[in-house]
Amino acid sequence: MELILALAIGVLSGAGIWLLLRPRTFQVIMGLSLISYAVNLFIFSMGRLTQNKAPVIIDGELLPLTEYADPLPQALVLTAIVIGFAMTALFLVLLLASRGLTGTDHVDGKEDGSA
Amino acid sequence: MNLLDHLIIVPILLPLLVGAALVPVDEHRRRLKVTVGLCSTFGLLATALALLWQADQVSGAAPSATYLLGNWSLPFGIALAADRLTALMLALTAVLACATLMFAAARWDRVGVHFHALFQFMLVGVNGAFLTNDLFNLFVFFEVMLAASYGLLLHGSGKQRVRAGLHYVAVNLAASSVFLIGVALIYAAAGSLNMADIALRIPPMSPADTHLLETGAAILAVAFLVKSAIWPLNFWLPGSYAAATPPVAAMFAIMTKVGIYVLLRLWLLLFSDEAGDSAGFGGEWLLYGGLATLAVASLGMLAAQDFKRLAGYSVIASSGTLLAGIAIEGVGATAAALYYMLGSTLALAAFFLLTDLLERIRDFGANLLAVTVEAFEAEGMVLPDQDEVGVAIPAALAFLGMSFVLCTLMLTGMPPLSGFIGKFALMATALAHHDLTQLAQVPVVTWLLLVLLVVSGLAGIITLMRLGIRLFWVPASHKVPRLRLIEAAPIAGLLLGCVLITVQAGPVMGFLQRTAEALHDGRAFAEGVMNSAPVGGEVN
Repeated sequence: MELILALAIGVLSGAGIWLLLRPRTFQVIMGLSLISYAVNLFIFSMGRLTQNKAPVIIDGELLPLTEYADPLPQALVLTAIVIGFAMTALFLVLLLASRGLTGTDHVDGKEDGSA
Repeated sequence: MNLLDHLIIVPILLPLLVGAALVPVDEHRRRLKVTVGLCSTFGLLATALALLWQADQVSGAAPSATYLLGNWSLPFGIALAADRLTALMLALTAVLACATLMFAAARWDRVGVHFHALFQFMLVGVNGAFLTNDLFNLFVFFEVMLAASYGLLLHGSGKQRVRAGLHYVAVNLAASSVFLIGVALIYAAAGSLNMADIALRIPPMSPADTHLLETGAAILAVAFLVKSAIWPLNFWLPGSYAAATPPVAAMFAIMTKVGIYVLLRLWLLLFSDEAGDSAGFGGEWLLYGGLATLAVASLGMLAAQDFKRLAGYSVIASSGTLLAGIAIEGVGATAAALYYMLGSTLALAAFFLLTDLLERIRDFGANLLAVTVEAFEAEGMVLPDQDEVGVAIPAALAFLGMSFVLCTLMLTGMPPLSGFIGKFALMATALAHHDLTQLAQVPVVTWLLLVLLVVSGLAGIITLMRLGIRLFWVPASHKVPRLRLIEAAPIAGLLLGCVLITVQAGPVMGFLQRTAEALHDGRAFAEGVMNSAPVGGEVN
């Protein structure tokens, strides 16, 4: 499971960084989204990987701590997703405004080579 | 728990409530918006001064006030903590907020919508970042601050701003991802997000976990270094600060200082002398990074052709000086860096505001045209003419000239103002560890720091003189502007603050010395935070 998760995070962030460095605004926003997915998965894995374990204590069933999943990263990921989503939406608006004002989707507001 | 114990949360709650209340208010009721906004910022100033007084009553490094949100016992809940440094930063933010909001009320708040609400939300983020003692909560407050700053940067719209905003938002979104990776790694190593708790968990940590924690801290630091504009992570800054409206750019002067504050606080807390092998981790990176930043900023200043870009590079120079300053060992150096920060932040804000008025005398006709274009691009938002109702001040040109001279003295670190004292104190503390009778033993990097501090000042002087002569001493271009009191007062106030900390340098330095001593005693601060008990005792 570790290998699959590590590969997923690696591929997502690699693709994200490549897209982030591209000159088109749409590529940049896709890159930022992929990176934020990678980061969210990464935060999950920081609570150590477990399977079939509950993050909450069930009444009357007090097991040793190793029998539970860490609930904190899950809460953190939720917050990070919400914030990341809002920021992506804001960037999308900005991207459209830039496209409308400059007539191009290049991140510098003008095509390469043109003055 | 008496009412005064709640004072520490006022800097977050007050702007939050005011900002929320301002959102539904119609844009035409400007007078109401300005009044409420100003009441909020002056309220923040009073609160910050009260916290400052409270903080200085405590002897030792323990925080003067802690606040457990939701009354959860530590380390499970989020804690706010205030000590001298926190209170000082809150006061500095409030002073800048009062000045820039007043300046914006003269005309800039009219070029777009929701300026006042966004301004308050940005204050929530900045104040929260100063107060919180929880790493993830710090992330949330950073995002609040950034989200509001995106809106403020784009205030007024227009091609230039949207393009600069695009770069600014992209860089900061990437930095936020880096922030989260750093926080996650630290949590994996230490098992806690409470800064004080992490600090206490470092000394008994196993070597494997220590490596993980150091990796996390280094990655986290990158996020703050982007914010505090270290070279090579600062190419976004001059463009976006130049594109922002002047009052917004002036307020942004505090944002680089938020990055510096967090670095200073976390670094001295986590990697204090008690941290064993990781004590002082990354210090040389800060020093070399600061030196490189200072060098690049000097070149940038020399190349700057207009006041706004020059101001942007001055922000970078100030950051470089501070980063190198906090990396120098010893309490004295930290105190000197803090003293330099006070003066340079006030002067930078004043200079950003001044650039707006200076542009106005340069070319009256062209400026009017620019303002008209601005108004058209903002879709029907019409800017009023210059000769609008309002108290004008006499001798406008003399005022502008004087302010320009004072800003120059402050930014370049020339005597007699506090910029000089700050830089001089930094140089003195950098040399303090070495035997000056044997100059060959002083390390190269110390010499480099001394030279760069002087050269950056020289570069600033050359550029400011060049631009100043071109503006003030070319007789044909004189078009005396009508300067309104509400525009002149904030600049005068900020510069008066610079003069005040120069005249009262003794008491201010004494306070900063106590601040720095407390900062270097990270363990006492951490224990002070961890000892705060929930109201009404432990629940179970």
